[in-house]
Amino acid sequence: MNTTAANLLSGNKKAKSQFSKLLRILIVVLVDVALIWFTYQLIRNGFIPLAIVFTIITLFITYVFIRQRAYPLRWMAIGLSAMLLFSIFPILYTVYVAFTNYGDSHLLSKPQAIQQLEKEKYLPEEGKAYKWVAFRSEDESYILWVEDVNGNTYLAKVGEPLQTVVAGENGVGDLDDKGIPISIDGYKRLNPILAATDKNLTQIRFGEDSKAIQVRSPSEAAELLPLYLYDETDDIIINQDTGVTYIPVKGTFTSTRGEALIPGFRGVVGFENFTRFLTSSALKGPLALIVSWNFAFAFLSVFLTFSLGLAISIFYGDPKFPGKKLLRSLLLVPYTIPSLITILIWRGMMNPQIGVLNNILNSLFGISPEWFTNQWLAKIAILIVNLWLGYPYFMLVTSGALQSIPLEIYQAAEVDGASAWQRFWRITLPLLLVSVGPLLIASFIFNFNNFNLIYLFIGGGPPIPGASTRAGYTDILISYVYNLAFEGGRGVNYGFASAISIFIFILIAILSLLQFRLTNMWEEVGENV
Amino acid sequence: MSSYSGFKKLRKSQKFNQTFGIVIKWIIAVFLIVFSVFPLVWIISASFNPASTLATQTLIPRNPGLDNYKFLLGNPVFPYFKWLWNSIKITTISTILTLSLTTMAAYAFSRFRFKGRRAMLKGILLIQVFPNLLSIVALFLILTQFGSIIEQIGLDTHLGLIIVYLGGAMGMNIWLMKGYMDTIPRDIDESARVDGATDWQIFTRLILPLLRPILVVIGLLTFIGTYGDFILARTLLKSNEQYTVMVGLQIYTSGMFSQKWGPFAAGALISALPIMIIYFLLQDQIIGGLTRGAVKG
Repeated sequence: MNTTAANLLSGNKKAKSQFSKLLRILIVVLVDVALIWFTYQLIRNGFIPLAIVFTIITLFITYVFIRQRAYPLRWMAIGLSAMLLFSIFPILYTVYVAFTNYGDSHLLSKPQAIQQLEKEKYLPEEGKAYKWVAFRSEDESYILWVEDVNGNTYLAKVGEPLQTVVAGENGVGDLDDKGIPISIDGYKRLNPILAATDKNLTQIRFGEDSKAIQVRSPSEAAELLPLYLYDETDDIIINQDTGVTYIPVKGTFTSTRGEALIPGFRGVVGFENFTRFLTSSALKGPLALIVSWNFAFAFLSVFLTFSLGLAISIFYGDPKFPGKKLLRSLLLVPYTIPSLITILIWRGMMNPQIGVLNNILNSLFGISPEWFTNQWLAKIAILIVNLWLGYPYFMLVTSGALQSIPLEIYQAAEVDGASAWQRFWRITLPLLLVSVGPLLIASFIFNFNNFNLIYLFIGGGPPIPGASTRAGYTDILISYVYNLAFEGGRGVNYGFASAISIFIFILIAILSLLQFRLTNMWEEVGENV
Repeated sequence: MSSYSGFKKLRKSQKFNQTFGIVIKWIIAVFLIVFSVFPLVWIISASFNPASTLATQTLIPRNPGLDNYKFLLGNPVFPYFKWLWNSIKITTISTILTLSLTTMAAYAFSRFRFKGRRAMLKGILLIQVFPNLLSIVALFLILTQFGSIIEQIGLDTHLGLIIVYLGGAMGMNIWLMKGYMDTIPRDIDESARVDGATDWQIFTRLILPLLRPILVVIGLLTFIGTYGDFILARTLLKSNEQYTVMVGLQIYTSGMFSQKWGPFAAGALISALPIMIIYFLLQDQIIGGLTRGAVKG
C-alpha cells in the first residue's frame, strides 16, 4: 500500500517535471524566434556589430536553457545578456571607434558614401543642354518642357522618348508666346520659385535612360551622366569626365595627386587619432591643460573632502559632546540632496550678477569675484562646491573607521608620552588609511570622471583660446570627450572622443586593480565555499 | 608649592579647558552648519519669492507667495509634473527589474558551485568600474539602431532608457547581495530540499523574505542613483515631454530660455524632498550599504 502510494507520487512528480521541461523548451523556442527575427532585421539594416552581439545572446540563452550543466546560469541569463549588450559591447565598440575616423564627413558606411558620390553628375562634351519649365501633377509626378539651343521644344517624361510640343496633342493645352504650354492635362505649371525649391526635381531623370535629361540649375537642364563610377573589382572610383582614378585611403577616396572626394566613409585609420593629439599643437596644448587640471581636480577634491570629513569626525568624535546628534544631521544635509540639484543651486548662488553669494560678499567686503570668467576663480569655485558635496561622505566613513581603532593603542601611546599631534600622525592616520584607502581610490576615480559637476556647474568654461575643438579651462577629460562627441560646434568627432575614452579606461582599470588589491576583494570570492 | 596643589590647579585648568574647548568647537560648528545648510535654506527662500530673483539676502522674502509653484503646475513649455511622473515611472520600473535580476543572479552565485563562478564574479566587478558615460557614444548608437527596427525601444523612449539602465544592473549590487546571502545558513535550504522543495521554491519562499534588509538598501541606492541620473537621460531622450525631472530642472537654469530660478527652486525642492526624507529616515541602513560599496553619484 505504502509502496504504491510512493510510486504514484514519484510518477506524478515525473510527469510534472516532464511538463515543466516541455514548457521551458517552448518558451526558449519562442524567445529564440523573436531574437532571430531581431538579428535578421539588424543584418538587413547593415548593423553588423550589433547583429553579432545578438547572435551571441541567442546562442547563450539557448545553450543555458537547454543544457542541464548550465543550470546555474539560467538564474542570471537576462542580467548577463543585458550586461553584454550595454556594458561590454559599448566598451569594445568604443575601442574600435578609436581606431576609425568616425565623425563629421566620415559618418557614412562605404556603400552609402559610394551611393552618395554616384549621385554627382557632369555634362559630357556631346551632351545637350536645354532651358526648362517643370509641370507637376497632384500625385507628384513631373513633366519637363525643354528647349534646346536651336529653339526646338520637347516634352520630357520619365522613361519615354522626347515628344515635340504640339498644342492640342497629348493633353497639351494652348502655348504661350514662348511656346511653353499654359497647361497640360492633370499637371500644373510650376513657377520658377516653386521649381527651384522643389527638392525632387533635381533627382529625376527625364526622357530615355541612355540620354536622360536632368535639371542642373534654375536655368539649365542637360543630358547629364554620373560623374563618378565605382569599380567594384579594383575598389576604385573613376571620374568619368577627367578619367582620374581615386583609391580609398583611410576612409576617403583619394587621387594620386592627393585630391579627396567628399563625403568620405567610416574606415580604420590605425593610431591616427592618438598621434594627432601628440602632433597637432591646436589639440596638444588644450589637452595638456585638461589632463593636468583633471588630475589636480581629482586629487584636490579627494584631499579636501577627506581632510574636512576626517577633521569633523575627530573634532566632534567625543560621544559626550553636547548636541552631537543634531550637529551630525545638519552636516549631513549636502549628502541627502541629489547632487545634480545642488550643483545647479550653487551655480545660481555663485552667479556674479544675480547670485546671493556675491551680494553678501559685496556688502560685507566690497568684492565680487568673477567665478565663471576667471579660470583660477572658476577652479576654486568648483573645488568649493565639490568640498560641499563630498565631505559628508568622508565624515560618515571616517567616524565609523575611527571607532574601530582600539583605545588601548592610544592609551599606550599616552603613557609613552606621545603628544596629540604625534598620536594623529603615527596612529590614527596610518590605521585609518588601511580601512579607508580603497574608498579614497574609489573617490578619486569618481571625481576624475565627475562629469555632472563640471558640465552642470560651469560647462567647462571659460574657453581656452586657440583650441581647435571646444575646450575650456575647467574641462576634465570626460567633459571634453562629451563635447567632441555631442556638442562640437565645428562638427562631431567620435574617433577622437573614443581615443581619449580609452586613455580614461586604462587609467580607471589600473586604479581599480590597485583598489581591489587593497580591499582583498579578490580573496573574498572564495569565502564561504 | 606642594605637588598636591599643583595637581589641583591642573585639574581646574583641565576643566576650564574642556568647557572652553566645547565653546570653541561649537563656534566652528556654527560655521560648518552655515556652510552645509545655506544652499538648502536659500533654495527654500527663493522658492517662495515671487520676484524669481536670486539676489535676495533676506531669509524671508518680502511678499512670500506660491507663484513659483503655480508656474510648475500650469506651464506647457516646462511640464514639471509630467517630468516628475516620467522620472518616478522610469526609476521605479528600473529599480524593480534591477532588484529581480541581481537577486536571482546573487542566489546562483551564493548557492551553486559551477565552473567559471569566480571568474564571472571578478569580471562583473571589473566591468562595472567603467562609468557608462565613457561609452555613451556607443549607447547612443545602439539605441538609434534599435529604434530603426522597433520604435518603442529606440532613442527618445522610456523603455529604451530603462533597458540601458538595466545593462548596469549587474555590478557592485551582486556582491553586496551575495555577501548578505552567504550569511544565511545553507542548512535552511538543505532541510527544505529534503522536504521536496525546488530551487525556485527555496528562493522565493525561504531566501527572499530573509533578504528584506539588503533589498531595501540596494533598492533605495538604485532608486536614488537612477533618479539622479542626468547624462544618460539627457543624451538618450530628445523631446520635451519625454524628459526626466533632472533634465527638466537643468533646462530651467540653462540659458536656452531666460533662466527661471524661482520655478527652479520650487521644482528642486519638490523633487529633492522625497529623497531627503528617505535619507534621514533610513540613514543607518543606507550608510552601511554605501560605505561597503560605491561612492554616491
